[in-house]
Amino acid sequence: MTNDIFLKLKGIQKSFGGVHALKGVDLEIRKGEIHCLAGENGCGKSTLIKAISGVHEIDGGEIEIEGEKVEKMRPIDAINRGIQVIYQDFAVFPNLTVAENIALNGEVKNKARLVDWKEVHRTAEEAMNQVGAKLDPDIQLERLPVAGKQMVAICRAIINDAKLLILDEPTTALNEKEVENLWKVVRSLKEKGIAIMIVNHKLDEIYEIADRLTILRNGSFVSTGLISEYDTARFTKDMTGHDVTSAKYAPEESGEEIFRVEGLSLSGRFTDVSFSMNRGDILGITGLLGSGRGEIGEALFGITPVESGRIYLNGKEIQIKSVNDAIKNQIGYVPEDRLTQGLFMQRSILDNVVVSSIRKYFHGVKLDDNQMEEAADHWIKELSIATPSAKPAVRNLSGGNAQKVVISKWLNTDPRLFILNGPTVGVDIGAKSEIHQILRGLAQKGIGIIIISDDLPELLTNCNKIIIMRDGRIGEVTDNTIERIEL
Amino acid sequence: MKEKNKYAFLTSTQMILVYVIIAFSLVVGFRQPAFFSPATIITICRTGIFTMCFALCEMVVILSGGIDVSFPAIGCVAMYVPMYIVNRVYKIDSAFFAFAVAIIIGLLFGLLNGFLVSVLELPPLIATLATSSVASGGVVTLLGTREFTNLPSSLQAIYNTNLITYTAPDSGFTYPLNVLILVPVVAALLVSWVLRKTMLGRGLYAIGGDKNAARVAGFNVRKLQFIAYVFSGVFTGIAAMIYNILMHSATTSALMGDEMITIAACVIGGVRITGGHGTVLGTFLGVLLITLVQNNLNMLGIPTSWQRFVVGIVILLGTILTSWQAKRSMNAGRA
Repeated sequence: MTNDIFLKLKGIQKSFGGVHALKGVDLEIRKGEIHCLAGENGCGKSTLIKAISGVHEIDGGEIEIEGEKVEKMRPIDAINRGIQVIYQDFAVFPNLTVAENIALNGEVKNKARLVDWKEVHRTAEEAMNQVGAKLDPDIQLERLPVAGKQMVAICRAIINDAKLLILDEPTTALNEKEVENLWKVVRSLKEKGIAIMIVNHKLDEIYEIADRLTILRNGSFVSTGLISEYDTARFTKDMTGHDVTSAKYAPEESGEEIFRVEGLSLSGRFTDVSFSMNRGDILGITGLLGSGRGEIGEALFGITPVESGRIYLNGKEIQIKSVNDAIKNQIGYVPEDRLTQGLFMQRSILDNVVVSSIRKYFHGVKLDDNQMEEAADHWIKELSIATPSAKPAVRNLSGGNAQKVVISKWLNTDPRLFILNGPTVGVDIGAKSEIHQILRGLAQKGIGIIIISDDLPELLTNCNKIIIMRDGRIGEVTDNTIERIEL
Repeated sequence: MKEKNKYAFLTSTQMILVYVIIAFSLVVGFRQPAFFSPATIITICRTGIFTMCFALCEMVVILSGGIDVSFPAIGCVAMYVPMYIVNRVYKIDSAFFAFAVAIIIGLLFGLLNGFLVSVLELPPLIATLATSSVASGGVVTLLGTREFTNLPSSLQAIYNTNLITYTAPDSGFTYPLNVLILVPVVAALLVSWVLRKTMLGRGLYAIGGDKNAARVAGFNVRKLQFIAYVFSGVFTGIAAMIYNILMHSATTSALMGDEMITIAACVIGGVRITGGHGTVLGTFLGVLLITLVQNNLNMLGIPTSWQRFVVGIVILLGTILTSWQAKRSMNAGRA
């Protein structure tokens, strides 16, 4: 049995300036298995990967590779022993071609002086055949979608005789179809005997792909086992340390309409979209990428306004021709890519909270600092944002807390309608359920909540009304009593 | 697939530049038939010599993800100092000496730029602005502002060496093409080869594309940045001496202000200001277009006072084209 084990970690410890990032972690990866490493943000997953790949030197514990103890692991040792990591940013070159991206690292390692373009193409071709990727070798990488860049990163990793491929949150930026394709590639690599470790915290994806699972929490090892040994309850309990309720959202029927749209159309994006929501409703909009699901949100917020159709908020018809119109009508919007669109990462929590409602704090020409601080502190408490004060820059916060800052920014504008596109993308399971509770509370207070998401379980639990978009039209409208959504 | 590649080629930045150059030439030639004459080619070559040299320097630096606005100042120092020595300190009549001093000065300032950008990690614009100020302020303070218009006989000999001389049959004017045209030609071929065929060249593209990815891949990012700035400095020194020889003038301010037109030539030629994109051929076309426009506006009957304005418009349109091409390229990834 022990021959099957490729990598074995025993009691790995690592601390940074007195903070224990890893407090004795065990991990066992077998040859040709797909192993998921799960845990909430900040549990030590990234540190563990960096320990395995030799980027961080460990303070204690043992690393064994193929039964042989490794005394000191440097990045080059890890690579020579067949360990390859694909980080979330892929570390690829957007300006170079597919072929060059795949072959370049090998050429650098061989200390080549001249580039043999025939050899570059041959290497790339071979790697793509092995992985089963079909890409034009001469296309520049910036022209590829994220999934394509990822394939290039995988091709590049395996040309160096990889025996263990580590993928750090590989599905974050992919749509459902691309994820499926990724799993196909991962499985075919597995059949070639390559061990694969995937860092992930989406339960449904883990069920689909993993053979075994290891869960970390706060830098400690919690549990490991076959995927069949885990059900949802155990998984969430091991991840968060407590039981997370996931009762379906079922508001009382109020019968009081707060928002209605009729015949919204935007050529090339969506056609004839009509729906309405009552006080207390949380409306979910889903569909495949390109089905118009995200575009509706952007249209209602005036980013790309609709060309025809009527919009009624609290019984009054309103015009939304620009973002300004939307803000005037007290509509809030959390974009899908909050890092680039929703937040000023370098600025403090306080600055981010008040940025959309800054007019409130002007007294003459002066800003009222005290009032702004009060507002920021209020939301930090209200949404339990984990921070000592409102001063730190947002980029120091975890994904979940950053998302709470975006939400408080809009809550501070007293919205009547609040649209969230992918509100829990990249947010770990504990913070996710907190955000869901917040949204439910807002809906109860009479704020219209629209969640746009491809996370179907999220919609089924939190929305009492779900719209499924297909090819720019409403395909189906349903409540959340159903078990599965077919896109 | 083939059709698509063909379309992509025909609408590439370089091909569009070729169309624009042809169209412009036709318009000028239509108004002034004298335009279609070997004399025009020689004139263009002559005025384009140093612009091309400087554009090569700038292109290499921009490719690597940086920018160099110090080359006019470095160039001025590199031609002024040897001429000052020859004229006022000790009369050394040697072309080798003049070029050697120019190269050493270029090298030193290139090293300074490389140090500021790669070791101290200053933003390249600020670093090279500072270098520019230090270079031009330093030389004025120490050596004053004279103009040297006499070449020592060794340099004069180079000036007198022509590759070919064209005599216009009707007017009898002669149009000599100086042998120094070979410098940008050889340099362009060499730089092009290095960029395409060597790991050094690919490394420059790599660090211009993504520094972090380049580091992970095992490139020595600092060394590559250093090389880019040092090349720029050294070649600027050579180009400045060429300027001095052809213009019979070395001053402390002759080249100042050239950085904008040079950067513009690069960008029009498809060099992306954010780094990682660009070719020697594109840069050459960019230089050709700008030189053509600068030289021939009067032939179109546009008054000299308008020339700066028109050149500005050309730069603007050229840059819009390049950035539009870049956007088109990135959007292709989303579809």
